[in-house]
Amino acid sequence: MKTWSLVSICVLLGVVVRWGVSLNSYSGAGKPPMFGDYEAQRHWQEVTYNLPLQEWYFNTTDNDLNYWGLDYPPLTAYHSWICAYVAKIINPDWVELHKSRGYESPTHKLFMRTTVLVADLLIYIPAVVLYCLYLTDGSSKKKISTLLCFLLYPGLILTDYGHFQYNGVSLGFALWGILALGLGWDVSGSMAFSLALNYKQMELYHALPFFCYLMGKCIKAGPMGRGLFLLVRIAATVLATFALCWLPFLSDPSQALQVVRRIFPVARGLFEDKVANTWCSLNTLIKIRSILSGDSQLYLSLACTFLAVLPSSFRLLTKPTFWHFKLALVNSSLAFFLFSYQVHEKSILLAALPVCLLLNDLPLIAIWFLQASTFSMLPLFLKDGLLVPYVVTSLAFLFFSLYLLSALDHCSEDELRMGAYNKLLFFLPKMDLACVVRWKFYISVAVMAVLSIVSIALVPPPHLPDLFPVLVSTTAFLHFFGTFVYFNVVQFSEPPSRKSQKKNN
Amino acid sequence: MLHSTDFEVHRNWLAITHSLPVSRWYHENTSEWTLDYPPLFAWFEFGLSHVAQHFDRNMLQVENLNYASPSTVLFQRLSVIFTDVVFIYAAKECCRCVQEQKGSRDVLNRPSFVLAVLLLWNFGLLIVDHIHFQYNGFLFGVLLLSVAKHLQVQTSGALLFAILLNLKHIYLYVAPAYGIYLLRSYCFTQDNKDGSIRWMSFSPLRLLALGSIVVSVCALSFGPFIAMGQLPQVLSRLFPFKRGLCHAYWAPNIWALYNVLDKGLAVLGVRLKLLEEAELPRASMTGGLVQEFQHSVLLSVSPSATLVCTLLSILPAVASIWLRPCGARGFLRCLLLCALGSFMFGWHVHEKAVLIAILPLSILAVESREDARIFLVLTTTGHYSLFPLLFTPTERPVKVSLMLMFTIFSFTALRNGQGPLLRPLEVVYLLGLVVVAIACEVVFPLSPWQQRLPFLPLLATSVYCSVGVCYSFLRLYVRLLQRDDKPKQL
Repeated sequence: MKTWSLVSICVLLGVVVRWGVSLNSYSGAGKPPMFGDYEAQRHWQEVTYNLPLQEWYFNTTDNDLNYWGLDYPPLTAYHSWICAYVAKIINPDWVELHKSRGYESPTHKLFMRTTVLVADLLIYIPAVVLYCLYLTDGSSKKKISTLLCFLLYPGLILTDYGHFQYNGVSLGFALWGILALGLGWDVSGSMAFSLALNYKQMELYHALPFFCYLMGKCIKAGPMGRGLFLLVRIAATVLATFALCWLPFLSDPSQALQVVRRIFPVARGLFEDKVANTWCSLNTLIKIRSILSGDSQLYLSLACTFLAVLPSSFRLLTKPTFWHFKLALVNSSLAFFLFSYQVHEKSILLAALPVCLLLNDLPLIAIWFLQASTFSMLPLFLKDGLLVPYVVTSLAFLFFSLYLLSALDHCSEDELRMGAYNKLLFFLPKMDLACVVRWKFYISVAVMAVLSIVSIALVPPPHLPDLFPVLVSTTAFLHFFGTFVYFNVVQFSEPPSRKSQKKNN
Repeated sequence: MLHSTDFEVHRNWLAITHSLPVSRWYHENTSEWTLDYPPLFAWFEFGLSHVAQHFDRNMLQVENLNYASPSTVLFQRLSVIFTDVVFIYAAKECCRCVQEQKGSRDVLNRPSFVLAVLLLWNFGLLIVDHIHFQYNGFLFGVLLLSVAKHLQVQTSGALLFAILLNLKHIYLYVAPAYGIYLLRSYCFTQDNKDGSIRWMSFSPLRLLALGSIVVSVCALSFGPFIAMGQLPQVLSRLFPFKRGLCHAYWAPNIWALYNVLDKGLAVLGVRLKLLEEAELPRASMTGGLVQEFQHSVLLSVSPSATLVCTLLSILPAVASIWLRPCGARGFLRCLLLCALGSFMFGWHVHEKAVLIAILPLSILAVESREDARIFLVLTTTGHYSLFPLLFTPTERPVKVSLMLMFTIFSFTALRNGQGPLLRPLEVVYLLGLVVVAIACEVVFPLSPWQQRLPFLPLLATSVYCSVGVCYSFLRLYVRLLQRDDKPKQL
């Protein structure tokens, strides 16, 4: 069958699944006074449409920053403004200043869900299609299978179309950046990534690999001459993009400073709620938050993050190939997720995107991680009433990806790039690695399934009310940490010989 | 979660069969959705209701009209998904019957794979069963299974059809095909050399076997009601002729064209001063309600007239397989023609009935290029005519995406890389369908006629689709009457 028809069928299936999920409840539905992320997005439309730009990030009589104040960079604000413009045409009540607080109706929900779908169709989905068609190896059937699994990743669908956020936009821009870098268009890639950064500041998790990769390329091209010229062009593009996005705020330095203060709130603690990173998991054993002061918590997390991200970035700087770039993206975002300050569970999506890029190369580990990342957000989904979509999309994803990518068949030592493991763990008895990995996968999926059922069906004992979220986040943490170690080992192993077809620079 | 009136209908039937004694089942009318399927389906609902009580006991109270708690919706949807297992098994059996081509073929191009996708992902079935809510997957599973058994030359086909008739009597549409085929090919054990009938080979034993199968199934199903003397009541529930010539949404059949012609002539007559406006009956048929009404210019149509028209339309097909049976595939063609004929000329036909023709046609479409052409036209128009069933904006992206998916797949898979499949006229017609779709879904709601003529998009859809359905009907007839019993390979 022709490729284009298979691609369109995959995309349409992705759209159907997304819309199906969007028919369910959203974050904070029917829960006054604060509601949830859905109300936050609606409130930003209200603020950006009705108030002048100078007041968007400031605490004024019209703009109460305690009620979902804007805390994303300007591109989010502009996007909200566009949505508000459309909303005003359809029904002005939706963005009426002050009066529309907590506005909920089926038509409004339809409108908000449509904005997410439109943004996805314009930005995220085309990037995924182009990546799978042009930057993955294999037969066209393999590419289509990768495309389908990529589009069916449950974590992003449930967060964007269930909980309600616009991660598709920032991740989409980042993906355009990765795509451009893969095709050798460094300047366009840096522009796309700058746009992603200006949409959500969490994209900083990906910033270090972009920087090291481009810097490594410039150094390889010659520190004087072509390399310097490339560096200058990239720097100029990035600065120009930032300037363009921040233009209205640059007229007054206090404006720009206030925006920065809003998007980087350092007054909050080491972590909030239950998140599957080191600090929260460590907190179950030793109460770090009470032992260390606020400042030392900040320094500790900075130090650990820096140490964790150093090996992979250094490796990328010395060997700036696309393969290493993808691995460094995974390692860097995982390092930030595990050790950084004030991490939210949804930030795992920033690590999930680069892992999706590796679906073609390391299918089993990628599928395993993606499933674990969806599982780690289970408490959030349960709070939002998204149980049925969670179960259906996870099962569908596991089924399709394991079947289409034949993940369980490609488990040999060479295919999993575990050669380095054997060298490191030479003291352990030699075992059939493929068998071991497969069994670990089965056990892990079983554990996740059991914990999911238990979280839904049982009531926690009264003296341990947070038992199930803690169990979920600790299990997820173990998975993430293991993945982090694995991908670091892979990055330091020799790349496989068949990578010569890949577009290297 | 979304649900439709059919949802309440089935909930009501669960309640009736669970809470009331058998003698009250066909007399109960607290709700407007009375039990109007044959008894075997009622027993099926009774069985389901025993599982339902573990989900939510309240749905089984007859008084709880329009009761729709989340667990009720969950149970109902799960029951449809669960009974679809029958459909999946039937699809598998049909794929076994399809002739494979020799030579290495990509999995995606193999006829059995294409057939499996065409059946399991059939757009019409998906939206009617899972969004709109009915148990058609289960019923079509039984139908396709009986067809598959016929294609495999096994006798269980007759038993399955007898069961099917007692589950939903709409399958009476295709009963003539079964009756004549079984009589001709099963009861007369041999044919003459030239294919004509050999009267001497009539086997009374086989006729008796067939008869006893049918009678015993009907006895099992209707028996309790005959014993209680309720047979007339049951029959009046099963065949409600008070409902009017056209269903509320105007199935795309001959009568839709007839109505439009009548209305057009009436308007013309008034303009040309041939008729008095006051003499015309109230124009309620365009109001979209299900009522009895009279036609103003052309003759009014009564239920018996439709029956006569239907019988006349299927007579050539039935006669053809009596005189020259072409094996099981000939039977399948006759079944399709009976289904389409009844769809075209029947009384109070629902658009969903077009699925009775589309699903079996899938089997023929993967084997023969000519049939694939007819299939594409019939499927696209038939499925599009189901669009008005889902009218809320929330469902629009889902129905458009699913329709596009199915259409893209069927066009590319059946084409199989051997050049264009459709004639230019057919392509133009199908493109016109896209224009009609955009006009009805996008342009019309934003135009000023939305208030004055709300029924216009339904009218346009039905009329445009009837042309396609009629065309497919005629082409299928031509295929049957050509003396050609070897299926052409793709």
